[in-house]
Amino acid sequence: MNLALVWHYAPSLISGFGVTVLCWAVGSIVGLALGIVIALASEIRLAPLRWLLRVYIEIFRGTPFLMQLFILYNGGPFIGLKLAATTAGVLGLGLYSSAYYAEIFRGGFASVPRGQIEAAMSIGMTPLSTLLRVRFPAALVAAVPPIVNTLIVMSKETVVLSIITVPELMYQVQTMAAETFTAFDAIFAMAVFYWLLVEVVSRLGRRLEKRVTLFLARPA
Amino acid sequence: MHPQVILHSLGYLTQAAGVTLALSLAGIVLGFLVGAAACIARLSGRRWAAALGAAYVSIFRGVPLLVQLLFIYYFLAELGFNVPALVAAVGGLALASGAYQAEILRGALNAVPRGQSEAASALGFAPVDVWRRILLPQALRISIPPLINEFILLLKASSLVSVVGIAELTRVSMNIATMTYRPLEAYVGGGLFYLAINLCLSGIGLLAERRFGKAGAI
Repeated sequence: MNLALVWHYAPSLISGFGVTVLCWAVGSIVGLALGIVIALASEIRLAPLRWLLRVYIEIFRGTPFLMQLFILYNGGPFIGLKLAATTAGVLGLGLYSSAYYAEIFRGGFASVPRGQIEAAMSIGMTPLSTLLRVRFPAALVAAVPPIVNTLIVMSKETVVLSIITVPELMYQVQTMAAETFTAFDAIFAMAVFYWLLVEVVSRLGRRLEKRVTLFLARPA
Repeated sequence: MHPQVILHSLGYLTQAAGVTLALSLAGIVLGFLVGAAACIARLSGRRWAAALGAAYVSIFRGVPLLVQLLFIYYFLAELGFNVPALVAAVGGLALASGAYQAEILRGALNAVPRGQSEAASALGFAPVDVWRRILLPQALRISIPPLINEFILLLKASSLVSVVGIAELTRVSMNIATMTYRPLEAYVGGGLFYLAINLCLSGIGLLAERRFGKAGAI
C-alpha cells in the first residue's frame, strides 16, 4: 500500500464518497416514496391501473440497473429527456428501487390483520388516520427487515453509477487507478470501505427493527 | 423511436442473450459449489472453519460486484497472472453468488425442524444418514425457489461483466448503440431480452414455489 498516494488523492476520494452517499440517500427517499404510492395505488379496484403498475414493477425488477441507466442517460436525449449524469443516476436509482419497495410495502400492508382495520373503522377513525396510525405502523413490522436489506443492496448498486460518469467513489477510485497505475491499492481500499458501510447500515437496520417492533413487546 | 434498429440487430442480441444465459448458468452452478462449501464450513462446528465461512459470506455480500470484478481482473494481473476476461467474469459471478447461496442453503437447513434430525439420531441413524436421508432431501427442496430467485438476480448482475469486455447482452447493446447512434432502441432491445428471460425464470420460480415451497410438504 502506498499511503502517500492515497493521501494525495484523499480530497477526491472524500468528495466521491459524499456523492455516493448523497445519490444513495436521495435515490432511496425517491424510491421509498414512490414505492408507498405504488403499493397504495394498487389497492384501488381499477383493473387498468393495477395492470399498469404490475408492468411497471416487472420492468424495473426484470432488467439490470445498468440497462435502465443507459436507457435513461443515453437514450433519454432522443425523446427530449436531457439529464445530467448525477440527476439521471439518482432518478434511475429511485425508479429501480421503487419497484422493490412497492412489493415490500404491498406485503407489509397485507400482513396487517384485517380485524385491526375493522376495529379502527368501527371506532370512527377516518381512512387517512387508519392508514397513518394503524396500517402503516403495523406494516412496518414486516416491512423494515426487507427495506433495510434493499437499502443495502442499493448502496452497492450506486457503484454502477460510475459507468455513466457520475463522480461517485468508484469513479474517483478508477480515475486514481488510471492516473497512478495502482489499481490494487485503490480498489482494495474501496472494497474495505464498502464492506464497512454495509456493516454499519445493517447494524443500524437491526436497531430500527427493534424500534418499530417495540409496541409488540408491551404486555398484553 | 425506430424499432427497425432492434429488428436489424435481433441476431446479435439473440446471440448475446445466449452468452448472458451461459455466463449466469456457469456462475450459479460454480457458485452453488462454493456456497455449499461455505455453508458446510459454517455448520461444521470447527471454529476456524466457521469463522472462515462467515468471513467469506460477509465480504462477498458486502462488497459490490463491480468492485469484486475489477479487483479480480486487476489484482491477479498485478500479481503477474494474465487472467482471461472470461475467467475473471465467471469467477467473479461465482464467488459473489456463492456467498448468497451459502446463506440460502443455511436458511433451508435451519428450516428443517430440529426434531427430525433428533428423531433420526434416536432411531439409530448414523450422522451421514441423517444428512443424506433426512436433512438434504428436504433442505434442497426448500432452497429451490430462493435459488431460482438468486439466478434472476445473478442474470441481472451479469450485465456488469460488460466492463471487463465480454460480449454479453449489455456489451452488445452498447456496441449497437455506438454503431447505429440509436442508444434508446439498442438498450430497449437489450432490456427486452433480459425482461423476457427473467419473466420465464420467475414463472418457473412460481411453479417451483407451489411444488417445493413449504417445509415438510412432501
